[in-house]
This record gives sequence, structure tokens and C-alpha cells, in this order.
Amino acid sequence: MFTYLLRRLGVAVLVALTVSLITFSMIYLSGDPAVALAGEAATEEDIESIRTYYGYDRPILVQYGDWLFKALQGDFGQSHYLKQPVALVIFERLPTTMMLGLCALVFALVLSIPLGVLAAIRPNSLIDRTALTIAVIGQAMPSFWFALTLMLWFGIVWRLLPITGSDSWANFVMPSIALGYYITPAAMRLTRAGMLEVLSADYIRTARAKGLRSVTVLFKHALRNAILPVISLAAVQFGFMLGGSIVIETIFAINGLGFLAWESIQRADLPMMQAIVLVLSVFYILLTLLADMLNAWLDPRIRVA
Amino acid sequence: MAAERILEVEGLSVAIPTPSGMLHPVQNVKFHVDRGETVAIVGESGCGKSLTSLAIMNLLPHRAMRSADRLVLDDTDMLRLGERQMSDIRGNRMSMIFQEPMTSLNPAYTIGDQLTEGPRRHGQSGMSEARDRAVWLLEKVGITAATNRLRQYPHQLSGGLRQRVMIAMALMCGPDLIIADEPTTALDVTIQAQILHLLAELQREFRTGLILITHDLGVVARVADRVAVMYAGQIVEEGTAHRIFTTPSHPYTRGLLDCIPIPGKTARGSHLGSIPGIVPSLIGEMPGCHFAERCRHATGRCTSRPVGLGDGLGPDHRVRCVFSPEELQP
Repeated sequence: MFTYLLRRLGVAVLVALTVSLITFSMIYLSGDPAVALAGEAATEEDIESIRTYYGYDRPILVQYGDWLFKALQGDFGQSHYLKQPVALVIFERLPTTMMLGLCALVFALVLSIPLGVLAAIRPNSLIDRTALTIAVIGQAMPSFWFALTLMLWFGIVWRLLPITGSDSWANFVMPSIALGYYITPAAMRLTRAGMLEVLSADYIRTARAKGLRSVTVLFKHALRNAILPVISLAAVQFGFMLGGSIVIETIFAINGLGFLAWESIQRADLPMMQAIVLVLSVFYILLTLLADMLNAWLDPRIRVA
Repeated sequence: MAAERILEVEGLSVAIPTPSGMLHPVQNVKFHVDRGETVAIVGESGCGKSLTSLAIMNLLPHRAMRSADRLVLDDTDMLRLGERQMSDIRGNRMSMIFQEPMTSLNPAYTIGDQLTEGPRRHGQSGMSEARDRAVWLLEKVGITAATNRLRQYPHQLSGGLRQRVMIAMALMCGPDLIIADEPTTALDVTIQAQILHLLAELQREFRTGLILITHDLGVVARVADRVAVMYAGQIVEEGTAHRIFTTPSHPYTRGLLDCIPIPGKTARGSHLGSIPGIVPSLIGEMPGCHFAERCRHATGRCTSRPVGLGDGLGPDHRVRCVFSPEELQP
């Protein structure tokens, strides 16, 4: 277990470093950052002074090393627009996005796992067909459109939920559903496929031959083996959701990281964008790491060599 | 001394609907098992011997339909039990060992957990008692360092060891009857003999009834008290092992025995016997003898009407053939 953990951790660090390099070079992908910052009316001298002021005149590897060294200490520099430390702004907004992502994930799993299990117990039954329909609709529907539909019915027609803001839990209901619904189909189909496969396994027959109750057979013996790929998927999708929350947060005007990213792009606030991308990426890496750990815990074949 | 009857099966049939018609893989099977007795069910792949055992356990696949005139374990009429009451019996008074030890254990749980699950489910004992019995039984089936094994996972054990664990698991609740469905087929030849000896030994010691399902006649000759030969869903011959091996009376049984070389008897370089033709399709009704197509003695008599399992050969030998053994002499 320990060697597996160590190896997995090493890989995670390497991936994080690669991501940081790509994130950093983002600045140069959109042209000369000094020109972009100086604006259209700037003279040659203005651009030159901005370039030296922000250190864009140094060799790129030096800049990267400097940026990485500071980033590791939690210093992402100053926001060009807000004139505040980037780290401070991000850590103010991060909890909101995390909360949204978590609610969405819980919503998605609570809906998809039981549906997937039910569909697998009775393949081609009414439940299975209904679940399939939900999956197809979910896969086909753009999340922004779904979000607007929710808003229209629950917010305006029935007046059940607030439309915008992030002050109370009620504000999170619609965004969580809109965000979580996106991963429900995949998680549900994966649970169903996994359960179908596991339920025909020999060890399920053994469990039944022991006279175990069908609930024990289903949840103790089958689900634990069927759920492994769903966990990996959930982790990856959770990462996507943090990124996807840019759309949802903007629609519902939720003051999270996604909304901040959207604002920063409009303001050409490079240090802010760099930091957001890096934070989200590292988060993503941590999630896949967590999923692997969880899988190792659930599946002794990974854990015990 | 009258033998104590443990299992009685009569008129057991299985039907499976398929797109091309109703499949009848098990037809009107009748046999019984006494306490401390080993009954072997022999036949080639697809003859219905595994489905027979699953039908007794009520573990058939969902689509399969079971019917029977009589299915009694000790004095419990299993035909009248619902699924819930049936699950009280399974693993408790009647347990099963499967063909595939590599995949028959759940990879996610320890040996100890899977061994003690049965007794805990059937309310026989608490956790610590169950663990003690698991250790005791693991030692019985020849596994060393049993206490440590309880903490191991299936993937850490070899196929032979896993089958030993399966045997121990089948004995956990002290069943009256064990059904072993080709328990040695998936194992190395060297391990096969060990596992068989073990099964026979434990069966004598615990005085359980044993149904041994196999296609290996060598195995049968060594451990079985009685033998039922199955062909195409029916029992074609049934009797004591001694009678079956010394005076086989059904052409199919004779054909099977001719396929085995006997050291010292089968001449070097001579051809071993084989049965020409293939097993008939079991979809739809088939009047008459199922083996007629492949039988060199077959006449019009064989296929015109159903052939019953006659006991003209004495109380301990029944055969499903229109001819008497004398008529079948080559």
C-alpha cells in the first residue's frame, strides 16, 4: 500500500509541474503580455516600462522559476485589475465554488447510483427505460439551456427559489442541479453496466448459495465491486464541474471562482487567470489522486500486492 | 439398518424459453441421496447436470423455470418454500461448491469475512465462534497458518487453496448435503486428486450427503457410492458404482466407459472407443430415446414412444433402454 501511495504521489507531483509550466506559458500564447497590458494608445516607452515593471523582459525560464517559487509559497502576485494579492481574492471565492461543486456531485451521485442499480436489477424494465431516457436527455441538453429552463420555472413562474446570488442555501439548489445533472447520465450508465457485469459474476452466485439476503448480496457483494469505475468517473467529472461552473456561476451570478475567471478574462487580468487555472488544475490532480486512493481502499487487488 | 434419506428428487425438470422455442435441458430427473453417501452425476458438457444442481438449490438463472413432483431435504418440502425460506436453507443445511475457484470468491473481501458470513447470516454463532470454526475448518482442509489466512484476500491464494477455502466454506454451517459441481475441473491434475481425497474424507467424517457432479469417470470410480449417468437432460442409467462399472447396461454408459483406457487391459496401440455423432438439440419435445440417433442398436422401437427408467435389473440398478442387457450383447 505504502509503495503504491508513494508512486502515485510522485506521478501527481510530476503532472502538477507540467500543468504549471503550461499555465505559465499561457501568457505568451496570447501575444506579448506587455502590449496587451499597455492598451492601444500606449507608446513604445510605455510598453517598455511595463515590460520591465512586471519582469517580462527576463528570460522565460527565469520568469517561470520565479513564478513557481512564489506560487509554491502561496504568492501568485498582484491582480492587474483589482490591485489586490491574487491569492487573497482566490481564497475568498474558492469556498463558494467548492460548495457548489460538492452539492452538484452529491446530487448527481444520489440520483445516478440508485437509478443505475435499479436499472441493472431489472434490465429493460420500465425503470431501466425511464433511466435511459433521463440519461439521453441529460447527455443531449446543454447545461446553460437547462439552467435557464430551471430559472424560468422555479424562479419566475412558480417563485420557489431565488434566481441569482449566493447568500443562502436556497441559492445553491438550482445551480447544483444544473451543474450536477450534466454528469448524472454517465454515472448512471456506468453504475448500470458495472452492476450488470458484477451480478453475473461467479462470486455473486456463491453469495446467494450461502443463503445471504438479497440486500446483502446486492450492496455488500455487488455494489462494492461495481462502484470502482464510478468513483474514478466522479472524480474526473468533479474536476470538469469546477471548470464547468464558469458557465453556471455566470448564469446564476454566484460569486465563485468560475465567475471570477469569467471577469478576469474580460479584464485581461493575466496573473489572476494563471492562478485560477493552476488552482483548478491542482485540484483536479488531487481529486484523481483521491479517487485512486479510494479505489485502492475498496479493491484489495490494488492495495495488497 | 435403513439408511437415513437426506434428499429426494422426483420429476425435476427445467425449461428455458429461447427465441427458437422452449429448451428442456433437464427432464424428469429422479434420484435420492442418503446420509453419508456420495452420489455422482456423470455426463458430458450440456447434459443438464449442472442445471440439475442449481435447480435443487433454487439458484437457476431468472429465465429458467423449474418444475418438480417432489423435492425434499430431510423432512422439508422445498417445493413449498418461498425464496426467503429457501435462503434460510441454502448455505445452512445444504451448500454448494462450484467449478471455478478462481472467480467464486469475492475479490473485495477477506477469506475470513467470506467464511464467517454464512454462520452469521444463519444465526448459528457470533463473530468469534464463527472465526474459531473457520480456523478449525481451514486446518481440516489442509491450509496451514489458518489464522493468518483469514486476513488474506482471494487474489493472494492459488487455485487449489481457493478451492480448499470453498470446501471449508461449504462446511461452515454443518450442512446435511453438499453439492459439488465439477470441483476439480479447473485445477491442476496433481491438485485434483488431493481435493477429491479431501472431499471424500470430510464427507465420511461429517456424515454429510454429497452430490458430485463431474464428467470424469476416473473420479467417480474412486469416490462414488452410487452413480447417475445423464444424457441430453435425462438420467439414462442409475445404480451402485459397483454395478455401473461392472455391468453397464445402457449403450451410452458403455460408450463412456469404452472411452477410458485401463492400464493392463487396454492393448497398447489399440483404438480407444468413441461415441459417433453429437448431442441432440433439446429445444421442443423429443419422443422416445434421446440417444437413439447415436446408438448402433437403435431400431424403430426406440423412437416411437417415451422410454422409462426401468428397474428390471434389480433394486439398485435402473436403466432407460428398450432392450434388455442380453439383447445388447455385441
